Amino acid sequence: MKDMFLEVIQFRHLLYMLAWRDIKIRYKQTIMGFLWAIFMPALIVLSGLIVRKAMSVLSGKPIEMSELVSVMVKALPWAFFIGTIRFATNSLVGNRSLVTKIYFPREVFPLSAVLANLFDFAISFLALVVAFVVFRVEVTVYALWFLPLMMLLVMMTAGFGIILSCANLFYRDVKYIVEVIVTFAIFFTPVFYEAKAFGKWETLLMLNPVGTILESMSLAIVHHRSPDPLWLSYASLWAFGGFFLSWYLFHRSEHLFAENI
Amino acid sequence: MSDVVLCFDRIWKKFRRGEQKHDSLRDLIPAVAKKLFKLRRPEELRDQEFWAIKDVSFQVERGEALGIIGPNGAGKSTALKLLSGILTPDRGKISVSGRLSALIEVGAGFHPDLTGRENIYLNGAILGMKRKEMDRKLDDIVAFSELSEFLDTPVKRYSSGMYARLGFSVAAHVDPDILLVDEVLSVGDWAFQRKCLEKMEAFVKKGVTIIFISHNLQAVVNLCSRALLLQKGTVVESGPTGQIVRRYLSEAASPTRGDVRDRTIWIECVTVVDEEGKEADFFTAGDKVSVIINVRSNVKEDGLAVTLDFLDENNRSVFNTSSERLGYGVFAAAPGDSKFFRYDIILHLVEGSFFLKVEVKNYRVERSFDVLFPAASIFVHSDKGIKGTANLYPVFKEEAAPLQAGNQELRRT
Repeated sequence: MKDMFLEVIQFRHLLYMLAWRDIKIRYKQTIMGFLWAIFMPALIVLSGLIVRKAMSVLSGKPIEMSELVSVMVKALPWAFFIGTIRFATNSLVGNRSLVTKIYFPREVFPLSAVLANLFDFAISFLALVVAFVVFRVEVTVYALWFLPLMMLLVMMTAGFGIILSCANLFYRDVKYIVEVIVTFAIFFTPVFYEAKAFGKWETLLMLNPVGTILESMSLAIVHHRSPDPLWLSYASLWAFGGFFLSWYLFHRSEHLFAENI
Repeated sequence: MSDVVLCFDRIWKKFRRGEQKHDSLRDLIPAVAKKLFKLRRPEELRDQEFWAIKDVSFQVERGEALGIIGPNGAGKSTALKLLSGILTPDRGKISVSGRLSALIEVGAGFHPDLTGRENIYLNGAILGMKRKEMDRKLDDIVAFSELSEFLDTPVKRYSSGMYARLGFSVAAHVDPDILLVDEVLSVGDWAFQRKCLEKMEAFVKKGVTIIFISHNLQAVVNLCSRALLLQKGTVVESGPTGQIVRRYLSEAASPTRGDVRDRTIWIECVTVVDEEGKEADFFTAGDKVSVIINVRSNVKEDGLAVTLDFLDENNRSVFNTSSERLGYGVFAAAPGDSKFFRYDIILHLVEGSFFLKVEVKNYRVERSFDVLFPAASIFVHSDKGIKGTANLYPVFKEEAAPLQAGNQELRRT
């Protein structure tokens, strides 16, 4: 277990280079360039606004500013999550020639996918800060919760990415299953709406660990409150447990990669 | 006891033939159920499995260059992949000490959209180099590749030769303790190939341990002191390179026939014999040998000739002759004929292995009846270490007196 981390640390340079490669390629020969990083979250925010508008028309209540801010706050990490999962799932199969020809810890592929998407997230986060300043959104010290929550999300995403990349190597339909789930996940994850809108079904929605983190983020930034400790521990369990378990499983099956890819 | 840096201890590795049974989750569930009921030991071969490496053992000492030769599919590349850790053996133990670098496929990590410079850094990282190390070596790498003017061009615009050159240049600048090389010299033009070989020789001189796989037997002979002959996953023989190459050539010479549309007139057999008339395949430059060719016929045909070709390892013809051109003229064959011909030749060749190609054809209408290649393969050793293409039998000495008047034009003043 210790060796497998040491090995990745030893190859961290390669990890950065692969992430750098993915970022570079994404923005090379494109019209929009770095705007791409904002495009996806912006679309999600826009859809969120439409959904919110529909809800306010139905209920007869006007939209509040805090609801819009909540959508913005949750859209960015959500875009990071689905972007990374899509990218990481294909990261081993997409680098087939490297997997079969040269030896190094294969964990660097899904992990570099996480890093590359984190870069996009950072850009869109800057855009969010600008939006906050423009709309004069009130931010309190509770907003600092965003950082540890984001770290939990990164870890959880990495865990999912690692295990999915490995699963996709052995079974190619994993990619399609992931695609379908990621497309519809926005309906059962509280991004456009709040979990509490579902009344007694709230707990069921919060069981989705990504939803737990998103709700906690919105709670901290929009409602200026600390996350619920119980739900926070639940999300941490997913993040740490998922990360280490999937890394372990990945490491265990690593020797089969070259001949099964 | 000298220093063993690499040990391959009774390694077994199996592969599956044909399509993999379950590639999607849908097929997995029945397969798992089946597995639960029928437990098997990993050593057993299931249907469609075969041993790609079968009980192979060898050791390499520090600073040694080991060549691995053998026909396609013998398990050479598999052995290297096992060594580098890409594959794991089903049985046996591999131990490696030192920084190992594998030149298994140059440019494997290149991305077509990145420029040459960016790819150098990327590929360097893949081969385990740090960024600072790369910064220091960049100039050397670029100089070696001779691609400085295309450094900021995306490699997708490179020709395949340029691609390979860049790949080899990066790989050649890793400082490994052990270097695994798998047939990477077959790229680039002649000058670059030579440069690569020189680089490898420099590695050997520097004391780097090398495992070298190549079909360029001459390169193996030049580079490696010891060689291993693999065939169908097992070690046939290991020992001094010259001996192993000879063994390989005599075994691998399963001739392929040319376009034999009908067995009208054909070459039954070709044998190479030494001065005493004994069959042989290992000679010294300057030896007198005879090539005996048996031609048989089922039809009546006139105007026939037998040609003899010597090709080197690069499939280059180093010598070509035909019975007709030698002044023998053409010959006729009748149904049921079995004729024996004999070429007496002197092996004025350089060191290396040569393949004989024999063809019987009708000289007048340019119709080929049968081609046998390689009809035989021989290995020539030059005791004076003559290399190159032609053996000019040089003699070198110091002149005691000035040259005679008749040779004055030779003198440089």
